[in-house]
Amino acid sequence: MKEIMQGNSAIARGAWEAGVTVAAAYPGTPSSEILKEIADNYPEIYAEWAPNEKVSVEVASGAAIAGARCMASMKHVGMNVAADPFMTLAYTGIKGGFVIVIADDPNVHSSQNEQDSRNWARFAKVPMLEPGDAQECKDFTKIGYEISEKFDTPVILRTETRVAHSDSPVELENRVESKIPLGLDPKQAPKYVMVPFNVRERRKVVEDRMEKLSAYADEFKYNVMEINDPNIGVITSGVSYLYTKDVFPNYSYLKLGMVWPLPKKMIADFYKKVKKVIIVEELDPFLETEIKALGYKVWHGKDVIPNMYELDPMIVEKSLLGKKYKASKPRIAAGDLPRRPPNMCAGCSHRPMFYALKKLGAFVFGDIGCYTLATAPPLQALHTTVCMGAGVGEAHGAIKAMGKEGLGKIVAVLGDSTFLHSGVTPLMDVVYNKGASTTIVLDNRITGMTGHQEHPGTGFTVRQEPTNMIDYETLGKAVGVKHIRKIDPYNIKETMKVVKEEMDRDAPSLILCVDSPCVMLKREKRKFQAATYTIDTDKCRGCKVCLDIGCPAISWQEGAGATVDGHKRKGTVFINKDQCAGCEVCAQVCKFEAIVPGAK
Amino acid sequence: MIDNNKVTNIFLSGVGGQGTILASNILAEVFLKAGYDVKKSEVHGMAQRGGDVTTHFRFGKKVYSPLIKYGDVDFLLSFELLEALRYINWVKPEGKIVINKQEILPSGVNLGVAKYPQDVEKSFKKYFKDNVWVLNGQEMARKLGNIQAANVVLLGAFSNFFPEMKEEQFIDAIKTLLAPKLHDLNVKAFYEGRKTI
Repeated sequence: MKEIMQGNSAIARGAWEAGVTVAAAYPGTPSSEILKEIADNYPEIYAEWAPNEKVSVEVASGAAIAGARCMASMKHVGMNVAADPFMTLAYTGIKGGFVIVIADDPNVHSSQNEQDSRNWARFAKVPMLEPGDAQECKDFTKIGYEISEKFDTPVILRTETRVAHSDSPVELENRVESKIPLGLDPKQAPKYVMVPFNVRERRKVVEDRMEKLSAYADEFKYNVMEINDPNIGVITSGVSYLYTKDVFPNYSYLKLGMVWPLPKKMIADFYKKVKKVIIVEELDPFLETEIKALGYKVWHGKDVIPNMYELDPMIVEKSLLGKKYKASKPRIAAGDLPRRPPNMCAGCSHRPMFYALKKLGAFVFGDIGCYTLATAPPLQALHTTVCMGAGVGEAHGAIKAMGKEGLGKIVAVLGDSTFLHSGVTPLMDVVYNKGASTTIVLDNRITGMTGHQEHPGTGFTVRQEPTNMIDYETLGKAVGVKHIRKIDPYNIKETMKVVKEEMDRDAPSLILCVDSPCVMLKREKRKFQAATYTIDTDKCRGCKVCLDIGCPAISWQEGAGATVDGHKRKGTVFINKDQCAGCEVCAQVCKFEAIVPGAK
Repeated sequence: MIDNNKVTNIFLSGVGGQGTILASNILAEVFLKAGYDVKKSEVHGMAQRGGDVTTHFRFGKKVYSPLIKYGDVDFLLSFELLEALRYINWVKPEGKIVINKQEILPSGVNLGVAKYPQDVEKSFKKYFKDNVWVLNGQEMARKLGNIQAANVVLLGAFSNFFPEMKEEQFIDAIKTLLAPKLHDLNVKAFYEGRKTI
């Protein structure tokens, strides 16, 4: 039976069909749906949201060492966090099959950098598979477990946005339970205890394994040669194959299902069968560098194909045809249209907090989440975003650098999920090293940006079972923070007062936002005083102060006029009642009491 | 009419929260059940609401790329005026277009620093003559009791471009993809839209 599946759903299905019993992940676009799908549809698999990617790999590897087939999934930057256990797992090997899914984000649709995860395979010396559509996502996941067990190695399944978030038909098959018996063998310690003496032994195993994998790649059934036009041959993989095949169906192809290690014999054979070889790949010249290093000539590669952003059929066609490419004539210039950047939702609790921080003139060391959008106009109140948790350490470092000069000016903000992901360790550092920075946890009771995933602070597991809920105040105390304040971010005046006091303080402080759940969260709904607010046009002077909060429900309407008591104005503002959530933030910032409860 | 010897390209655009992806999921379900190869790709992410959302949907005997080539769109379905105009260059000269008459203001326009484009309908008519239909989807949905169903109203209108597909095929897909409590509303919304073209 065929069913339309998203690439991510197909990976989940592949894990289930392969007999996986343990899966762990931290959410990250475009990988998040994999674990959600497993939790929702496959009860045979134990599934958990881990607090970060490193932990997810550790949990999965424990299961693997015990003999279970397991999966860890993450986005590309998550792999940077997981790299520590991962690099060493390449040495220890596994017992039960272990597939690590890394989802890249070419064109940076929602990430803080654009990195090519194929480099991890070469770096760690492990095999990497790269599917191009949903059927391949399922097939490659399953064969990943066979390779993993056959060669005693973790296997990386690399996807990217256009594979993870594309839907296409998938043939469904049954689940087959793993044949490896569960159990731990203490005699295997030399394999798993990576002290130098054992590492040196395993180091040889790693190199030997790569040799064997290289030979296997030549026989691998998903490395496919397609000989059509003998003049031009394309070496490619994943979705790049699909883009190229779409615009140049008659070229010959060597499509690699396994991008590392490379099938050397197959490549030699391909070079015998075609005259000129083109390499089409997204991001880095990964295949190109390696194929050139084998001594082959590449007719075209990164000399014409861009090495940044994502490819698509037009870019491939344009790049390979060069001057011969004929583009359709634009009807309007795209630059003429207003952009539509994402925005914090109407009623979002982050908005009043950043408004308050802006009013205080704070330099805000940020983090990644919905609140990163506070960097955009009109708020422009977030000044760094490097990775999860980084802001806490950065704020500490900045105060150390500036001394007393830094007091009263610097703050770190991060979300509840990112605080648990990697904000607690730098907070320990702040206290331990006698810092003075203020850390604000914007607790919206969920992992917001990636689509509402549970974490250790929400009180629920991925399958919605109630569980222990972290109390951030107790956690802060345990870490050693003496000044812990709780604030309601919707109360702007009070928020400003508390934040100012803590920024001025020459000691570490932790500010926790309370009763401010994500407005899209159904489980915990904050009750606002009124359902919607409206503009009293008798009073609105058109001062635009309410526009500074950047609420999507509030817009400027030009038109000269005057208030009832005779103040001239160039226009008024308007509140769209379909969008207004009733959070009252705009009413708080209006000096003329022109924003009142109720719809017009 | 569907040309079975080539891949048909459908582009959907809208704003986060409008149901663009659900509409494309329904289309994918319909054409898969009708025996076509289908591929669909969407971009969303970065916050829950308010950003632009686009979906590429393609069907045919064999579909390779999940993305449509620039300038190769056969049918454009847009749930918002500005998000329709943004993709006007993607549509083939003979392409057919359905647009929802709704303005959702981007932040720059809200702040008064950017202008929302005027006469979107006219711009489309200039290039596509009678192949453009502009409907007030949310007004029609509001009359049925819930503006959330505007996407299915629009989809109903759009379904007329594929006379080979029967009404029941769309209704079945809607029922497959939506929770039972939403069936009545969305089936009505589909028929309401289907009458308009």
